[in-house]
Amino acid sequence: MTGTKSILVIGGSSDIGHATALRYAKEGWRVTLAARDLEAAQRNADDIGTRSGVEITVQSIDVLQTGQLAGFVAGLPVLPDTVVCVVGELGDQQRAETDPEFATTIIRTNFEAPSLLLEQFAQAFAARGSGTIVGVSSVAGDRGRASNYYYGAAKAGFTQFLSGLRNRLALAGKVRVVTVKPGFVRTKMTAHMKLPAPLTVEPDRVAEDIYRADVTRPRDVIYVARRFWLVMTIICALPEAIFKRMRI
Amino acid sequence: MPAAALPKRATAPSNPGETRLSGWGNYPKLSTELLAPQTPGDARGQLLARSGVIARGAGRAYGDAAIGTQATISSRGLNRMRSFDAATAQLTVEAGVTIADILAAFEPRGFFLKVVPGTKFVTVGGAIAADVHGKNHHRDGGFGTIVCSFRLALPGGEIVSCSRSENAALFAATLGGMGLTGMILDATLQLLPIETAWLRQDTRVAGNLDAAIDQLESNASSTYSVAWIDCLARGAALGRSLVYLAEHATRRDMEMLRPDLEAFPSLRASRLSVPELFPGWLLNRTSMRAFNELYFRRGAAHQGKQRLVHWHPYFFPLDAISDWNRIYGRRGFVQYQCVIPLKHARRVLADILDRVSRRGDASFLAVLKQLGDGGGPMSFPLRGYTLTMDFPISDTLFAFLDELDALVVDAGGRLYLAKDARQSRATFESGYPGLAALRDIRQQTGAATRLASHLSARLGI
Repeated sequence: MTGTKSILVIGGSSDIGHATALRYAKEGWRVTLAARDLEAAQRNADDIGTRSGVEITVQSIDVLQTGQLAGFVAGLPVLPDTVVCVVGELGDQQRAETDPEFATTIIRTNFEAPSLLLEQFAQAFAARGSGTIVGVSSVAGDRGRASNYYYGAAKAGFTQFLSGLRNRLALAGKVRVVTVKPGFVRTKMTAHMKLPAPLTVEPDRVAEDIYRADVTRPRDVIYVARRFWLVMTIICALPEAIFKRMRI
Repeated sequence: MPAAALPKRATAPSNPGETRLSGWGNYPKLSTELLAPQTPGDARGQLLARSGVIARGAGRAYGDAAIGTQATISSRGLNRMRSFDAATAQLTVEAGVTIADILAAFEPRGFFLKVVPGTKFVTVGGAIAADVHGKNHHRDGGFGTIVCSFRLALPGGEIVSCSRSENAALFAATLGGMGLTGMILDATLQLLPIETAWLRQDTRVAGNLDAAIDQLESNASSTYSVAWIDCLARGAALGRSLVYLAEHATRRDMEMLRPDLEAFPSLRASRLSVPELFPGWLLNRTSMRAFNELYFRRGAAHQGKQRLVHWHPYFFPLDAISDWNRIYGRRGFVQYQCVIPLKHARRVLADILDRVSRRGDASFLAVLKQLGDGGGPMSFPLRGYTLTMDFPISDTLFAFLDELDALVVDAGGRLYLAKDARQSRATFESGYPGLAALRDIRQQTGAATRLASHLSARLGI
């Protein structure tokens, strides 16, 4: 099928990755899921393929093996039109406080690895002259909180990386960078948490917003639950002297 | 850092702990530990580690059937489709996939499910466990007839494939077995090719119960048939109904009736929903009578005319209003569904309707349907007529329903377990002679000591 667009989802075993890939597949996009857990990614690929009738391929990637990222991008059979990076891990904050190796993994998974990977795509897209890079960051990166500051700090780094990348590519031509900040999303990652219902969305809502921001209504930065924009604006405006006494 | 040294990805949902669950009727509310496995493998592991456990799908069973005495394993994480073979029209899905999911993906591609219950928000696992029936049961049988095979996790951890040729007894006992034979992990279903999304509907007005049954009887060759009864009507009008007959419309039908319509129009999502605190006083005899009057006048206006209706409102009229169960308020409601064998149907249903109309608190509309033979030893359907009514919970309700139970038992009928929240052990045992077969299987598979819902504990299954 010439003319069909293609999307690569990094983190294809995740719930948001699954929902996003399905959203694009329903529009007829060719989909590739990349993940470390190939079995889980294949389960998602089968689901998407069965629901949409579109053929889905699966690629193996371990983003923490940063030395292999350039080779991964160069070795793709097709350079996708859109790449969505959903890689991330909440981690256990308390364990991170006493286990530096674990803390390092949280930082690498949420900041280092996604940034290095998307840099590779930025270069390949720039060389081609087109493409959309979607990075799924988090509202947790907007302000450090006691309950998840390793995760939050890494996401803050990733948000700034995406911002800078967008800034660089804006002058270079037709490569776009979209930053997605979901608030609470009902996924495997949050299944053990009690989430505030008015601020919590389903993965397919995130997928819908990503699709819109990429295809139908181009945007640079999106908060998925719109109310979160307001919530985070208020939280970010609180003076540190007050914020540090609160347990938000 | 080598990948092997990494902590395993957080598959966190290990134990959200104790919670209170109820079925769709919001009665009863019971304590249980709720487990939410994300893969079939996790589900099997959690089943293996517990006792007093039952699987739960979308929570659309009305009473206590999908609440484990100790733990409840939600199948909602098992929501992936596996494969579809267009040549045979066979679809394989995990147990937590809903009928809505299947119709959303396959109706636009020209496939339907030959058997659907009154709501599309049930899971495939739940539909098998209750062997749900549709408006074509009298002709085509229950949900089990479209199930080619399924995989069942037994409480000992073994995973067995079941079909009509493989583990046939276990296959049959699981149809209508209310999850008490094991946890259904996935299933292969036979889809039905359709030419259009429309039904050719024929509306008949029946002035009373006898006329309604006459209509259903004389149109037994109709693929779909159902009667909506005004349960507030009394005297000579007792059981007055609108009988809806329908066939899948072909492209030719559409050319003749409505060439302007698309064969597979896209559906809009429902926007209506019932607020959390719907005031109970809105549901009173006057408002219900007014509603029923309007409903019947609107229906009667269509009498004798063939109309094209979309499958969605025909099969799932209430799905247009999300959370409609809230209209009964905090105390909840009971849906009473019985089946009366053919021989006694007219007399006993008239007796039941008479008592209900005199009592006057049954909900808007009751549903009357013709059923054929059941699919498994524990399947609800038997050859006869089934009547379904909603009753808000009140202090006098259960004594009244016990009276109805006595009529059902006398007539050799039974109550639908997927709707049940209160029948007695004696009523249940007299209605389900297949119970012995289920108990045997439960002994053989080790389910007897490990799988238990509040329903099975209450009824001594």
